[in-house]
Amino acid sequence: MTTTQGQRVISRDTTPEELNSDYKWGFTIDIEEEAFPKGLSEDVVRLISAKKHEPEWMLDWRLRAFRFWTRQNYSEPTWANIEHPPIDFQDIHYYAAPKSAGDGPQSIDDVDPEVLEAFSKLGIPLEEQARLAGVAVDAVLDSVSVATTYQEQLEKAGVIFCSMSDAVQNHPELVQKYLGSVVPYADNFYATLNSAVFSDGSFAYIPPGVRCPIELMTYFRINQADSGQFERTLIVADEGSYVSYLEGCTAPMRKTNQLHAAVVELVAMEGAEIKYSTLQNWYPGDKNGEGGVYNFVTKRGKCAGADSKISWTQVETGSAITWKYPSVILQGDNSVGEFYSVALVNNWQQADTGTKMIHMGKNTRSTIVAKGISAGQGQQTYRGLVKINPTANGAKNFTQCDSLLVGDKCGAHTVPYIEVKNPTAQLEHEATTSKVSDDQLFYLQQRGIGVEDAHFMIINGFCRGIFQELPFEFAMEASQLLKVSLEGTVG
Amino acid sequence: MTTANPILEVQDLHVSIDEQEILRGVNLTVRPGEIHAIMGPNGSGKSTLANTLAGRPEYTVTGGKAIYNGMNLLDMEPEDRARAGMFLAFQYPVELPGVRAWQFLKAAIDAKRVHHGDEEMGARDFDRLLRAKVAEVEIDPELVRRSVNEGFSGGEKKRNEVLQMALLEPTLSLLDETDSGLDIDALRIVADGVNRLRRPDNAAVVVTHYQRILNYITPDRVHILLDGRIVHSGGPELAEQLEAQGYDWVREESAAAAAG
Ligand SMILES: Nc1ncnc2c1ncn2[C@@H]1O[C@H](COP(=O)(O)OP(=O)(O)O)[C@@H](O)[C@H]1O
Ligand SMILES: [Mg+2]
Repeated sequence: MTTTQGQRVISRDTTPEELNSDYKWGFTIDIEEEAFPKGLSEDVVRLISAKKHEPEWMLDWRLRAFRFWTRQNYSEPTWANIEHPPIDFQDIHYYAAPKSAGDGPQSIDDVDPEVLEAFSKLGIPLEEQARLAGVAVDAVLDSVSVATTYQEQLEKAGVIFCSMSDAVQNHPELVQKYLGSVVPYADNFYATLNSAVFSDGSFAYIPPGVRCPIELMTYFRINQADSGQFERTLIVADEGSYVSYLEGCTAPMRKTNQLHAAVVELVAMEGAEIKYSTLQNWYPGDKNGEGGVYNFVTKRGKCAGADSKISWTQVETGSAITWKYPSVILQGDNSVGEFYSVALVNNWQQADTGTKMIHMGKNTRSTIVAKGISAGQGQQTYRGLVKINPTANGAKNFTQCDSLLVGDKCGAHTVPYIEVKNPTAQLEHEATTSKVSDDQLFYLQQRGIGVEDAHFMIINGFCRGIFQELPFEFAMEASQLLKVSLEGTVG
Repeated sequence: MTTANPILEVQDLHVSIDEQEILRGVNLTVRPGEIHAIMGPNGSGKSTLANTLAGRPEYTVTGGKAIYNGMNLLDMEPEDRARAGMFLAFQYPVELPGVRAWQFLKAAIDAKRVHHGDEEMGARDFDRLLRAKVAEVEIDPELVRRSVNEGFSGGEKKRNEVLQMALLEPTLSLLDETDSGLDIDALRIVADGVNRLRRPDNAAVVVTHYQRILNYITPDRVHILLDGRIVHSGGPELAEQLEAQGYDWVREESAAAAAG
């Protein structure tokens, strides 16, 4: 069983007894404070690894990352079009003791009504609401059996799906082979930090020829309301397999930690396909720009084999600052990379997001459709790179970047980088910026539709192409998410 | 026979855009069961009148009154006017990229129903209704599967306005040059749309530049709008006179009247 950052997380092999016991952790709050002071040092990295009973190779990898990170003088990159006060990396707890069942709300009645309200607006069933809100597990034990049913289906298919901590223990050969194979620990400042201190995350392996019998989202959402501050996810789709994975809690969790630096790595072998969808709705800060999560994420997939496909779909409405570029390395011939994105910034939110498509194999194809919505004083930048290497004969890219402005205090910026080193490449780029026009609003109002609903209708229309890429039930939720995020701003 | 209360009563309406006065004292009374035609040369203020009645924000009312079914229209939000049964067929219908026509039309119907204390319409009932209306106004069924007005031809956009009118069954329909730029078949469809809706308890105001559509719709009253004022009102014969003689005589007459 793994728990992190104050939210209880139940992994697949959690037993009911474990859910009610604390002994396993073996230390009290006092000891924790003594053993894990704020700040990052080699000792802290060693302690994290020790607490997780990690094998030597894992600790070594963490330490290499840590040493690399220290050589960067604790200074984060500054090239992104975002503004925030400097982050004091020595003022952060890098290991939070898992909370016991007794610390969470004991029943749904103890949960902040505002949080529950947000859940119901998103159409999340009550039982799941309780779990997502971190209600003590014994109060919602029924869901454990739901999770178990899913787990049986997965096991039958040979799919491995577990927490990263469990994977390190139980599938070390797979973790050792693929961890860092797409995002090396030296990749970038935050990825390096994550590699040194990652708390937990998910691991999935789909064996050759297997079509994963369930969308992993279902399981994920039930099990991992909050995987912590330094989350690490690794998905490996072996030859000819298929998996659809949905990440994200759609509820606006008030995370206590401001900095979230996650890493997601995807590996698709020959003929495999990974569809990775994200709904991100973390706390964006209040109307005055106070608080909110800094979401600095590194997500990258590698189409390692021929004819493989990786597709990222994201709907980003949360966080005070979002900094992420889900990318695809198109190594195998004929491989396909896709990036479909809706990013919304409102109030004082900032987003610098986009993708990188790195074409290496022959006849590789990539599609980028990025839709940015800016409202309030929100600022957002699309930053994308399409790189065609000399080996990538016949590579094709299509890029479409559309920005929609709601009001006149927000901003949208587009920074496309294109590097073409092969003359056979074909690239197409389209970009538009539009406003929700008074004419459109009046037209809808004249049909009896109120100003706020009129805005949502226009914004939903703008996002339609992206929502179509999401698994069906989440398309509905994504649309609701936009609505909730904009409520009270328009009209 | 007693005269029923008017559906619309406009008194001495003054309207400005960007501080420039466009309507300079318009009077108009529309009673249940009536169809009125408003004619006038380009720039005379026809669209200004129609859009002001519908509540378009850029138009500032600087004087006068507009009463709709006993309510002070000028105090109402545009969506409330619509929910209360007022419909404007736009001279230039707006494109709504990505907004499915189906969803848009249903939202319009539901807004009105909810306003009147009814339930939203079930998806299946709505489908049936929509199919019937699509057939009625002879619009290509493919168009309601697309985004609202996106990439429609001029004529398709106008037909789509008529489809919406047919679905919403307004109490007061304002048609702003819905006939412009239509071939004769489309013109007939627009006219049929208006005639089919005609009931003792509703009314229509047909704004037009040409007399042509009045061959298919017989108005009870015809008004000539010139430089922001209704300078002449009469029966259907007035439209014929305009067709035969143009607007010059109206201009002269109104200049003479102004000279006193
Ligand atoms: N949005 C606007 N801004 C400035 N002037 C306008 C606007 N709309 C209309 N006008 C002016 O108001 C006058 C009347 O226009 P309009 O009502 O559209 O006439 P019609 O529909 O009879 O052709 C014209 O002189 C036109 O130029
Ligand atoms: Mg006009």
